[in-house]
Amino acid sequence: MALQFEVVGRFNRARASKLTLPHYVVQTPMFMPVGTQGTIKGLTNSQLEDIGCQIILGNTYHLALRPGAELIDELGGLHKFMNWKRGLLTDSGGFQMVSLLHLADITEEGVTFQSPVDGKPMLLTPEESIQIQNKIGADIIMALDDVVRTTITGPRIEEAMYRTLRWMDRCIAAHKRPDAQNLFGIVQGGLDPVLRDICVRGLVERNLPGYAIGGLAGGEDKDSFWRVVAQCTAALPEDKPRYVMGVGYPLDIVVCSALGADMYDCVYPTRTARFGTALVPEGVLKLKHNAMASDERPIVSTCSCMVCKNYTRAYIHSLVTRDAMGSQLLSYHNLSYMMRLSKDLHMSIVEGRFPEYVRGFLRTQFPKGDVPQWVCNAMEVAGIDISSCCAPVPV
Amino acid sequence: MVGLQDHFFIASPGDSVESLPEHGGTNKIGAAFETPSGRRLINPKDYMDIISSTRPNLWASLADEVPAWVTEKRNRLSIDRTLKWLDDCLSLDQEKGASTLGAVVGGPNIEHRKKCATEVSMRNVSGFYLGGFGLGESIEERSALLNAVTNILPEEKIRFVSRLGLPEEVLQGVAAGIDLFDSTYIYHLTLGGFALVFPLDILGEAPEALLRNSSNDYTKINLHATIYRKDTSPIVDKCSCYTCQNHTRAYLNHLLNVHEMLAQILLEIHNTHHYLGFFRSIRRALKQEKFELFRERFMESRRVHLMEAVPYS
Repeated sequence: MALQFEVVGRFNRARASKLTLPHYVVQTPMFMPVGTQGTIKGLTNSQLEDIGCQIILGNTYHLALRPGAELIDELGGLHKFMNWKRGLLTDSGGFQMVSLLHLADITEEGVTFQSPVDGKPMLLTPEESIQIQNKIGADIIMALDDVVRTTITGPRIEEAMYRTLRWMDRCIAAHKRPDAQNLFGIVQGGLDPVLRDICVRGLVERNLPGYAIGGLAGGEDKDSFWRVVAQCTAALPEDKPRYVMGVGYPLDIVVCSALGADMYDCVYPTRTARFGTALVPEGVLKLKHNAMASDERPIVSTCSCMVCKNYTRAYIHSLVTRDAMGSQLLSYHNLSYMMRLSKDLHMSIVEGRFPEYVRGFLRTQFPKGDVPQWVCNAMEVAGIDISSCCAPVPV
Repeated sequence: MVGLQDHFFIASPGDSVESLPEHGGTNKIGAAFETPSGRRLINPKDYMDIISSTRPNLWASLADEVPAWVTEKRNRLSIDRTLKWLDDCLSLDQEKGASTLGAVVGGPNIEHRKKCATEVSMRNVSGFYLGGFGLGESIEERSALLNAVTNILPEEKIRFVSRLGLPEEVLQGVAAGIDLFDSTYIYHLTLGGFALVFPLDILGEAPEALLRNSSNDYTKINLHATIYRKDTSPIVDKCSCYTCQNHTRAYLNHLLNVHEMLAQILLEIHNTHHYLGFFRSIRRALKQEKFELFRERFMESRRVHLMEAVPYS
């Protein structure tokens, strides 16, 4: 184990923590931006540090293709290669392959696919994934799991769950650097509580440094989504970090944090920036809209990021359709927004005002009181009273 | 608006990247430019509207810039138009010429250039924009034309020229008395994945050391090349720009290969820094009254690779 996890504040299931990793000490709840190919699109390391990024994600699949795991290893690991001084997390490569490659096929051995470079058949095994991740050298590495979309039903889900446990053992055996890198297991099992329970217990038995909740954020309905998160956070050990993969929207992060999750990753903030959309307390702001052309306010008046301090909506509007800098400025703001959200979640829990924070957040996003039912259900389980945010139901 | 309040802004009608002057479309109504949204014609009044809204520190008057190969007749026409438009702009100028750079044209004809320069000098302007250069004339014919103009222009007023970007062209301009330059040199270098590496301390280094410079053409390297895959050195040793202080050639090579935006950002930072450093070296040489030596040494160091390429002569 190469981490230390210390809970520094609580409200019911929600917790704020100090997580000490080999390269950095992070505060949770925490959002991790995705830096697919060894860079967050268009932002420099010093900008990421200014924004407050603590951990960024690298994609094993992409990095193994270019520049290659051997090269990264030879040049001293991904931290040195990118000159990123804070935390890094790599995923196993499995998800990319299943989602990007039509001809990927999953067998007990591993994931077989066609190399996008030369079309040759290739195989990613749990051993290979861990080997590549050992070479890349991130603080946290992910086990190769058999991930299945939650929209699928039937015996495939059960098969995938048991295989995930078997692959977990192979990952553990292949892991050569447990003193420097933390191998997280991933809970699978679709939307079936029985399967999820088996998987959680199986992973907890293996006494891993941390646990991820996988297989969500793929199109399932929100009511099912929060229930799986709630079930897993209730069953996973208190003293280890919990990472909900692929989440997401600010609202989802607030709900999952209320239910006891600590870490999140998603391409949403940076991807939506490239389409001209900014994250704001009320939801989103579409900078391409004609109304923005003459709007001389900053994106968010209370935001202290470099973009909101220096540029108007009108100026960004004029850039978004014509120049890469438009999407770069929006990425900067959106990531600042997510880091601010993370910090606010952490501090509100530490300072004993988490419920007030949640209520404030919901009131701003749903000024008419139309908080979605799934959020109300989740908050009930989380023990947070949001009745003041919900408009009375018409009789 | 663009968040650069502590910087100086100079406006000129064309844009060296996106809106080049199109002399074929220019007529008595206005100057034509090829832009991303098609050919646009702009007259002095519209131009002055833009100037009064954008409020630059200095602005060049609207000119009819023609390349070196136009007919004598077309050339003469461009001078008449340019002078008329200068007067039109000045009459609409609320600052009465306090921020104006009067445009001097005249194509490839030395006598016309002199005449135009004389005329423009008589107007109430704060400086001069030498138009019509960087539109395809040869480097050899340019010196005579530049000097013909600058010899006439008053010493104490600023001289600005566009589209001279190569270091050799800058040195040529400085030698002729030009003060301000703009060009797309850096822009195109960055787009191509090139990084500037030529030595800046021309006067300090011993000539032999300069000639032993290890980079490819002693000017720039193309970071797409596979030889940089594992090169953990910065673009230029001891360069103080953000890119060289924080990143390696290997990382830039990777970013270029995977088509990441950060590649251009980091390259542009280095190239701009390096190019501005070149200008700093020029200023230092001028202050030390060693500019001619500087220019000579620089040109020599650039020719070495050509000599090396011809071993049996």
